[in-house]
Amino acid sequence: MHQPQVIPHQSLYFPYQVYPAFMPSPGVVKRLPVVIVGAGPIGLTLALELARYGVRSTVLSAQQQVCEGSRAIVFTRRSMEIFQQVGVSEAVTEQGLPWRCGNSYYRGQRVFRMEALVDEQDRFAPMTNLQQQYLEQHLVDAVQAQPLIELRWGNKVIGIEQGADHAILQVDTPGDGYTLQADWVVAADGARSGLRSMLGLKLEGASYEGRFVIADIRIKLDLPTERLAFFDPAWNPGNTVLMHREPGDIWRIDYQLPADETPEQALHPDSLRERINAQLAMLDIENTGWELDWSSVYSARALTLKQYINDRVIFAGDAAHLLPIFGVRGANTGFQDCHDLGWKLALHIKGLAGAGLLASYSDERVKAAREIIEEAGKSTRFMAPPSRGYRLLRDAVLSLSLTREFVRPLYHWRTSRAHDYADSRLNAQNDDNLLFADGPRNGAPLLNVRLAEERYLFDLLAPAFHLICFTDAAQLDEDVNAQIRALRHQGLPIQVIAIAINGGGQVQHADLTLADPHKLFSARYGVLHAGAAYLARPDQHVCARWHHLDAERLRHGFNQALGHNGGDQQ
Amino acid sequence: MSQSISVTDLERVYDRLAEAIDRTGSDSELFLVKLALLTAETLNNVEHFDALIECAVQDL
Repeated sequence: MHQPQVIPHQSLYFPYQVYPAFMPSPGVVKRLPVVIVGAGPIGLTLALELARYGVRSTVLSAQQQVCEGSRAIVFTRRSMEIFQQVGVSEAVTEQGLPWRCGNSYYRGQRVFRMEALVDEQDRFAPMTNLQQQYLEQHLVDAVQAQPLIELRWGNKVIGIEQGADHAILQVDTPGDGYTLQADWVVAADGARSGLRSMLGLKLEGASYEGRFVIADIRIKLDLPTERLAFFDPAWNPGNTVLMHREPGDIWRIDYQLPADETPEQALHPDSLRERINAQLAMLDIENTGWELDWSSVYSARALTLKQYINDRVIFAGDAAHLLPIFGVRGANTGFQDCHDLGWKLALHIKGLAGAGLLASYSDERVKAAREIIEEAGKSTRFMAPPSRGYRLLRDAVLSLSLTREFVRPLYHWRTSRAHDYADSRLNAQNDDNLLFADGPRNGAPLLNVRLAEERYLFDLLAPAFHLICFTDAAQLDEDVNAQIRALRHQGLPIQVIAIAINGGGQVQHADLTLADPHKLFSARYGVLHAGAAYLARPDQHVCARWHHLDAERLRHGFNQALGHNGGDQQ
Repeated sequence: MSQSISVTDLERVYDRLAEAIDRTGSDSELFLVKLALLTAETLNNVEHFDALIECAVQDL
């Protein structure tokens, strides 16, 4: 019998709530369209994504409360944009701490400062810090307000069997166990994914030796919300220490363990106290009155499954890949998985997708994970050098960085960014993508545009394909409009946004008209003339753009974006 | 084409490098890596630097 912890986790700041476990009623085995295993940020975000397209899902949480400890604390702008689509960005913004700068120190000297660019066209800061419990709570609240989602607490999957068009799950609960049939199962069950093991799937890639203690303490420090990295500090020679501010006077201190120490030794209260005091002393803080909230040990790994769709089981987030935390690539990568998967699975279930659409989730996201692993490897090799050679080079760079500018960019973390599906099979083949001198290219996410005070393009995006037409006419082209009507008749969700480049009133047949009197929107999208258009997928990634849109080109663009071409390619 | 280094200059490099290695003692390896990075910056030619690495790892 599965017995999750029913005593609320301890926390200095977060009021844990234990939810009642779901108990099955005896009787028939139910067939469900989508079962999401795991109610972490990835599972919950995916359920909300599916609900946006009207797809029902059932989320199984092995626990009866949200996660223990702050875990993922830094969310990128792209993650915030995804949160906005699923309705939790306001809550996260309200509680979170925005930031954009990072500092690296060696021998008491600041040797590198990263300043992420702030674009006034963007609604969200480059980074926002918030403890994962709060994010999960906001997602749980949103899920519970959504009638298309059923969240079952205290339900642990202990077995899976794959059929031709469904999977059968054995679920254990604090009461009786039960069996579930699902057309689709999404494995969002985290780094130690039970489904991954049950299916015998192996992650590929590298594990690094360096291990880090993660400790959250409550202390009032008069420091800005910026990332702090200390290399080779006197109290922890050869190793790296990181600090981040979290809301509520909580500070995350990460420090590398000496190579010969076990996690148990490192997490011993005396060891934690001594080292945290040493770190604070280095910052000239003699306050030893801090309190420990949570601690854990983390090791850097850069691993991914070869493919994320295995018959009827689809992997997302840490269940699919394990990425080094340097550069905030863990959860932030997972949200992009959800955002890529949600609309594809929804359209597939509704019978609106070509053979290649769902498969493109695996192609796009495995490729993204591999690129992230490549990038993250560079940061990890600098933060925690894996061999004598890498350590020598890293130490040489630290030493040179005190006086030589040219090595300092090597401190850069290559922070997680919105992925660019430049070679996706969903991108149009014969459009004008390469003729544009500016604007988001095929595969890249749309660029946000500030339309007025507290009003941005992304605020207005519906769960649909976005056709953005730049026009100087009072109505859409008749043939283009007829094509849109035909596609909508099949059931495809399409939002037509007209950009009135000469100002003027509502453009007929558009769902939304945005005036562009100062040509700001046009400039950001590299549009010089009326008649140009962008087609973006429901996850806001551009899949076609044209200098001159016509009905036939639009039909081709949709055909490709729905995976009707090259469906059997890998 | 750059002319090859004169014997006089090479002798000077030879002595300076030897003295610096002696002076840096147990840090001489770190010193040599720093020197290589500084040389790479001055050279500013990554293919050329790759070739120098290949040459230097020969016949150890």
